[in-house]
Amino acid sequence: MAAKRVSSLLLSRSFTSSLASRLTGGKSACQARAISRYSTAAALEEPIKPPVNVEYTKLLINGQFVDAASGKTFPTLDPRTGEVIAHVAEGDAEDVNRAVAAARKAFDEGPWPRLTAYDRQRILLRFADLVEKHNDEIAALETWDNGKPYEQAAKIEVPMFVRLMRYYAGWADKIHGMTVPADGPYHVQTLHEPIGVAGQIIPWNFPLLMYAWKVGPALACGNTVVLKTAEQTPLSALYVTKLLHEAGLPSGVLNVVSGFGPTAGAALCSHMDVDKLAFTGSTETGKIILELSARSNLKPVTLELGGKSPFIVCEDADVDNAVELAHFALFFNQGQCCCAGSRTYVHERVYDEFVEKATARALKRSVGDPFRQEIEQGPQVDSEQFEKILRYIRAGVDSGATLETGGDRLGEKGYYIKPTVFSNVQDDMPIAKEEIFGPVQSILKFKDLDEVIRRANSSRYGLAAGVFTQNLDTANRLMRALRAGTVWINCFDTFDAAIPFGGYKMSGQGREKGEYSLKNYLQVKAVVTPLKNPAWL
Amino acid sequence: MAVQSNGNGSLDSRVKVPVPQIKFTKLFINGEFVDSVSGKTFQTIDPRNREVIAEIAEGNKEDVDLAVKAAREAFDNGPWPRLPGFERRKIMMKFADLIDENNEELATLETIDAGKLFFLCKIMEIPGAAETIRYYAGAADKIHGETLKMSTALQGYTLHEPVGVVGHIIPWNFPSQMFAMKVGPALAAGCTMVVKPAEQTPLSALYYAHLAKLAGIPDGVLNVVTGFGQTAGAAISSHTDIDMVSFTGSTEVGRLVMQAAATSNLKPVCLELGGKSPILIFDDADVDKVTELALQGTLFNKGEICVAGSRVFVQEGIYDKFLLKLKEKVKNWVVGDPFDPTSHQGPQVNKKQYDRILSYIELGKKEGATLFHGGKPGDRKGYYIEPTIFTDVTDEMTIAQEEIFGPVMSVFKFKTVEEAIKRANATKYGLAAGVMTNDINIANTVARSIRAGAIWINCYFAFDRDSPYGGYKMSGFGRDMGMDGLKKYLVVKAVATPIYNSPWL
Repeated sequence: MAAKRVSSLLLSRSFTSSLASRLTGGKSACQARAISRYSTAAALEEPIKPPVNVEYTKLLINGQFVDAASGKTFPTLDPRTGEVIAHVAEGDAEDVNRAVAAARKAFDEGPWPRLTAYDRQRILLRFADLVEKHNDEIAALETWDNGKPYEQAAKIEVPMFVRLMRYYAGWADKIHGMTVPADGPYHVQTLHEPIGVAGQIIPWNFPLLMYAWKVGPALACGNTVVLKTAEQTPLSALYVTKLLHEAGLPSGVLNVVSGFGPTAGAALCSHMDVDKLAFTGSTETGKIILELSARSNLKPVTLELGGKSPFIVCEDADVDNAVELAHFALFFNQGQCCCAGSRTYVHERVYDEFVEKATARALKRSVGDPFRQEIEQGPQVDSEQFEKILRYIRAGVDSGATLETGGDRLGEKGYYIKPTVFSNVQDDMPIAKEEIFGPVQSILKFKDLDEVIRRANSSRYGLAAGVFTQNLDTANRLMRALRAGTVWINCFDTFDAAIPFGGYKMSGQGREKGEYSLKNYLQVKAVVTPLKNPAWL
Repeated sequence: MAVQSNGNGSLDSRVKVPVPQIKFTKLFINGEFVDSVSGKTFQTIDPRNREVIAEIAEGNKEDVDLAVKAAREAFDNGPWPRLPGFERRKIMMKFADLIDENNEELATLETIDAGKLFFLCKIMEIPGAAETIRYYAGAADKIHGETLKMSTALQGYTLHEPVGVVGHIIPWNFPSQMFAMKVGPALAAGCTMVVKPAEQTPLSALYYAHLAKLAGIPDGVLNVVTGFGQTAGAAISSHTDIDMVSFTGSTEVGRLVMQAAATSNLKPVCLELGGKSPILIFDDADVDKVTELALQGTLFNKGEICVAGSRVFVQEGIYDKFLLKLKEKVKNWVVGDPFDPTSHQGPQVNKKQYDRILSYIELGKKEGATLFHGGKPGDRKGYYIEPTIFTDVTDEMTIAQEEIFGPVMSVFKFKTVEEAIKRANATKYGLAAGVMTNDINIANTVARSIRAGAIWINCYFAFDRDSPYGGYKMSGFGRDMGMDGLKKYLVVKAVATPIYNSPWL
């Protein structure tokens, strides 16, 4: 996900396409049509056969692949076609109970927390090596299940997964408590101990990376885990967890339960034997999770939730570069990023030129079978998301925003949506307030910094923000004024392992990645003992 | 303290000068003001008029021995390191309050002893000293070690212990600030210490010793030995019962201090030394603002500041405008009695510095730099020198290479960012740098490229209690101020003990 690499990957191509798409509305549509067209060919062609077989479809509990207690399965679908890839064991409360029991035993009695940190590190490093070795198969599974461009999965996401695991492996033997000055003759120290059994619920937009963000620090700190994957994308987690066991992970340390939120997810959240919960997903679900945790055993919760992140193009911006970065900030991963720059605020001085060029750029975006080379955008993950995005597009039109380009599905099959740009968007329109999670760019006009700060912050979300300016004073001002967990200045989606990520306001609580993420999986014990005749205090 | 005219003929009659009675002139050892063992004294001089202010006890090796003995006893057996941090904090807070209560008297001492601007001492330096003591007072109960992640079944932790008896050797250019930034963290850490102030400016340190005693700092914890570098300073640096030396001064003397430490007991040293700091002004900068910053950056405190921006690099596109503005502004720069509130610049600290600066100015002319402004001694009795600006300076000229420590600016022209970085770094020093640009990319690049301990972007002298300060290269090592400034007075002890049947490792 390193933005630099992604954008260079996306920038270095020119695309041609055989079929023109119909454009509705938008003042620059005619001009834009002359520049380029959507690539619909791939969407209509026979889908490319993924270069991988689905080997693992069962639950992974206590080191074994097992069927669901109920025997039920659910289909996971290919978003390119809506066809079934595989039937996956459907975990429910009983399966979660089994998984938690295994994790509990592995924590309370098993070797994992009792291994030296060095040994835990070695296992995580071996795991990283194995994932690296199987890079292409894993990337293919990810693309097949999720619809994201294969090049993105193979060249960015799987390598980033490996990078993250190595990063956390290195933390394992550097987890420090403190010695603490006392007000009297006492020796005081703190121990940073693993919390115990962690329940982790991850989303479908970056299945592997979310796995790494959650499983990496939990294991490095010596916890055991029950992981519930998203029902849309269960495949890659099962594959890599198999590799993790090959790397030497003891049984029961990491259990993977595929299944649905209201059943498996809810069971994990309410479980009295789960000591910690981490969730990435929507703000609505986040609320339920916090509530279930409160009602059960008050387990601490880390939440990474929705966003409606502003991307602010300032007066001094070089428009061409701003357009490219703003385009990337929104459209990356089919717009399915919680931190997507989905409110593009553009200074009035450059607004008209920006809208024209942003439209042209969206028109040039190559959409098609994600297994095809040089494709920038694949299908949305499933029909639910697909329909939701189309509803938002209609709401945008209905509320009076100008549809510059896109606005409709692409092709007849699968969940492809044309890259869509709205201009003249007002702050109170649904497309400016709510998380669309799709390839829909909303462009808003602003006059001065005070105004854009106020408007950018008037959101219930606060996940990220983009700032585009060369002016140091402007950058310094916005950097502090924006109420968001990440501010990217002249870059976007830069996701190094060491950079903490998380939300302000209703975008969540806690931070993942970086040293900060360790705190989520450690609890602090203060140990106090008297000192006799100390030489110093 | 009465406020009256001091009868100094060189001063405008409307300026009222408070004349303090000099209360403390003896060495402060083990909580008492005492004569030196030899009975010798030296004179401290008012740089405004070259008159003697007072006779000061001249500490020597024997006196340093006595001071170290007191400090050793206070550390090994006394209460100070054994007090809980919050108790040390309380006493240090009281010390800071006493400094504030005696602000005017301390400011006056500083001005007559060092020639510093009275009003700045009053509003900035003396309050600054009190604030620094408070900052470190607050740190006294926040000194943490770590518990460790051992690779076998061991419980491991670190203790950050006070290093022991510290020797502080401080300079004459900021006697109060230097005193506070050295003594403050050492006190917070639980160390005991021997302070040697500069022989040019012994007065305020003795006054601080008196206030420290009033505040309740136990006898022997803080000792002040006034005297000279070759005698008292050398005795501190080579003392085998001093555990660490912290020195601020010239690079030449820094080398001697380190040598003495090496040949005696290998005590760790922390050195804050000279500088030849660049100010880089880029084409997009606001001319008015940067001219002011460059002028202050060079002339502040008569140029007697180790971070003086004595090499001003100006990009060619703004160069002419900069010089024009500089000419205009430097005309309004007033050299005069430091008690006069309209003065921007007082006298240099003593004759030696005065002569040295004038000889550098001559050298600049001789080596072919263009004297753009000033260059002459002031027309008063004291050690006054005109603010001096050279243009057409080349990098290899002596005035571009050596620390002048006076009100002398050298202006250079450059073309590209890369060239500016290369030339700015072409010095044996690395103390500070100014970067004047509003372009975020230039600022980011230059901030990382300059090999110096402090980078000030669109500001200069942005000192702060919480901001560590110190040199790269031959400008020294170790940091004063901030929590890094506290670390050097602590030594780390690792403790390990076996653990059995631990549920986690």
